[in-house]
Amino acid sequence: MNITIDKMYCKGCEICVNACPKGVFAISQERNRYGTFFPWVMEKEKCMVCQLCEIMCPDGCINVEMEA
Amino acid sequence: MLKQKVIEIHGEKVIQGNEACSEAAIHVGCKFFAGYPITPSTEIIEYMSESLYKNEGMFIQMEDEISAMCAILGARWGGKKSMTATSGPGFTLMQEALGYGIVTETPTVVVNVQRGGPATGQPTFSSQQDVYQAKYGSHGDYEIICITPSSVQEMFDFTIKAFNLSEKYRTPVILLTDEIIGHMRERIIIPDCIEIEEKEYVKRCEEPFGRDDQHIPHAGNFFEGRNILVEGQLHDEKGRRIGHIAQKSGEFIRALTGKIRDNHKDLTDITYKYLEDADIAIIAFGSVVRSAERTVKMAREYGIKAGLIKVNIIWPFPEDEIYRLAGHIKTVIVPEMNMGKYCLEIERCLKKSKVISVPKLGGNIHKPMELFEIIKKEKNLQ
Amino acid sequence: MNTLVEKYIKKESLPYIFCPGCGNGIVLNATIHAIEALGIKEDTACVSGIGCSSWIPPYLNMDVMHTIHGRAIAFAEGLKLSQPKKNIIVFTGDGDCLAIGGNHLLHAAKRNINITVIMVNNYIYGMTGGQKSPTTPIDARTKTSPYGAMDEPIDGCGVAISAGATFCSRWTVGHPNQLKKAIREGITHNGFSFIEVLSPCPVQAGKSIFKERDSWKIIQRIKENAVVTSKWEGGDKEGKMTIGNFKKELKRKEYTEKIQNLKDEIIYKSNGR
Repeated sequence: MNITIDKMYCKGCEICVNACPKGVFAISQERNRYGTFFPWVMEKEKCMVCQLCEIMCPDGCINVEMEA
Repeated sequence: MLKQKVIEIHGEKVIQGNEACSEAAIHVGCKFFAGYPITPSTEIIEYMSESLYKNEGMFIQMEDEISAMCAILGARWGGKKSMTATSGPGFTLMQEALGYGIVTETPTVVVNVQRGGPATGQPTFSSQQDVYQAKYGSHGDYEIICITPSSVQEMFDFTIKAFNLSEKYRTPVILLTDEIIGHMRERIIIPDCIEIEEKEYVKRCEEPFGRDDQHIPHAGNFFEGRNILVEGQLHDEKGRRIGHIAQKSGEFIRALTGKIRDNHKDLTDITYKYLEDADIAIIAFGSVVRSAERTVKMAREYGIKAGLIKVNIIWPFPEDEIYRLAGHIKTVIVPEMNMGKYCLEIERCLKKSKVISVPKLGGNIHKPMELFEIIKKEKNLQ
Repeated sequence: MNTLVEKYIKKESLPYIFCPGCGNGIVLNATIHAIEALGIKEDTACVSGIGCSSWIPPYLNMDVMHTIHGRAIAFAEGLKLSQPKKNIIVFTGDGDCLAIGGNHLLHAAKRNINITVIMVNNYIYGMTGGQKSPTTPIDARTKTSPYGAMDEPIDGCGVAISAGATFCSRWTVGHPNQLKKAIREGITHNGFSFIEVLSPCPVQAGKSIFKERDSWKIIQRIKENAVVTSKWEGGDKEGKMTIGNFKKELKRKEYTEKIQNLKDEIIYKSNGR
């Protein structure tokens, strides 16, 4: 399984951090081009691939891929 | 490119102006009509409601004129030739959507059967008061094509012309007629063959709003797999907004007005009579032409060298052609059924001539004798 | 970038003009999921009016009309009548649909024409800078109601149902899967579908209505203030906003079908003579 966050288009609204039922995401200390802090995948192993973050990200930045 | 279409039931007929307009629309391939009943244009919506279903078309009576105008623009992007018909107050309501049609370069036809205004005004009387509204009614810089028929035969012919020009230049075209022509019954000849503009998609314009050398785009229709974005903001060739970029916006407006201004020669339609030796001329459009023509004949019988200029496409203003025809004529009379609007354009154009505006208000048309008296006065004849 | 979103979006137009945390992006995601599940990308066109919510479809790599304020439903009706077999989705907002375009909503619902209207309700005029909208709660202080909003808010679903919409549902962006399903059902439903989405506007509504700038907290507040019902029983229940799939009526005939039947009848009659 692979979770990617598109730093180019993330606006740092933090919805994904709160929406994830397992607390996979955390806010990083890096800023993106908007000047906001974007999330990073903190606890990847907790992810159960509900893909809620994918649909809840208003900018379509999160991609959760199952490994074949 | 013009293509021929044969009309099976052709020949002579006595019909009303509004009916002639509707019948021409059916022949030219109008497949969608949305409207809202308003005097004196109701015969058009009535005719269309009956005949469109029989001719593989769609008819809908909308909740107001605003939505009627919106619906015909929507239908045109669905690939169906569309039109609406209205009068004074309804035409005012349509202006915003008309502006949308211009900026998105949607071909469609709007028939305005003029009545007296302002507001509710004179619902059952004729006027030519919407001459400027037709050109300047919507906000912003744009150019429009506006055609004025002066007989029932022309109502038929010019409706076909309006559809063809709208397809050719990809812009809404206004058929500006009035209550007199709309409600008049006359003998017309329905031709056995008409010409229909069928614009073919030019391959070198890859993008939907990419322009050819005449500034005209070839957008195509929805559901053809082209993923068209129809945008009401100023947009680039892909339909993406450029309203926030000053230079590109300016270029867009230049191209949008340029496609009509640069083609003004093709869009000039003037007929004239007795102009060869004329030293006094009447310039008229719409129903007033009928009085003007009679006046000119009377004057000729009287020995006055009078001429007639009949403007068929009033917007874009045929400046060059009017100057060519009437630049040397000393006195020009402009009768209009309004306070004197079109005469201002003619004054601007014919600076050397004496331009006399003859306004007529209240809903009656000029009587030939009235105009003749003015000619006599100008000639110092009593 | 999400692979599914990437498939449907014009990437060169990104980023979206929406503010961080805006609910419009979630509505867009839900719609993309619904269209993908039905596999109708080629046979669907989107129409929108003016306002924040009307900026949802212009990013889609589909046939899209971004029209004038309030008239999206009127344009959609014209498009639907000219192409009766295609799916038309209208994106509109609370001001667009219930204030300036209220009349068109009533008449489209009355006709039961097969278009899907997705009304994104953020309780405020966001694009113009936070003025009172028809759904702004009473007493809310906005830019144009500095002493508190005086008039009662309109319930969009109530209006649509009473006008005769045959499919009606309301969800919040905090219910993305239910929303996805509702949009899917709305598109497949043969008749006028009205789907209201309660959405956060962390910038404008956050300032004047929710007193909260965090989008997630506003979503939670909207969710807490909503109660799920399966049948339409009025706009609110025990002081809470009702949400859910309210109505699905299959008895009433669809408008374009009626016209087609009429046309067939006319042609049959004229041939019989």
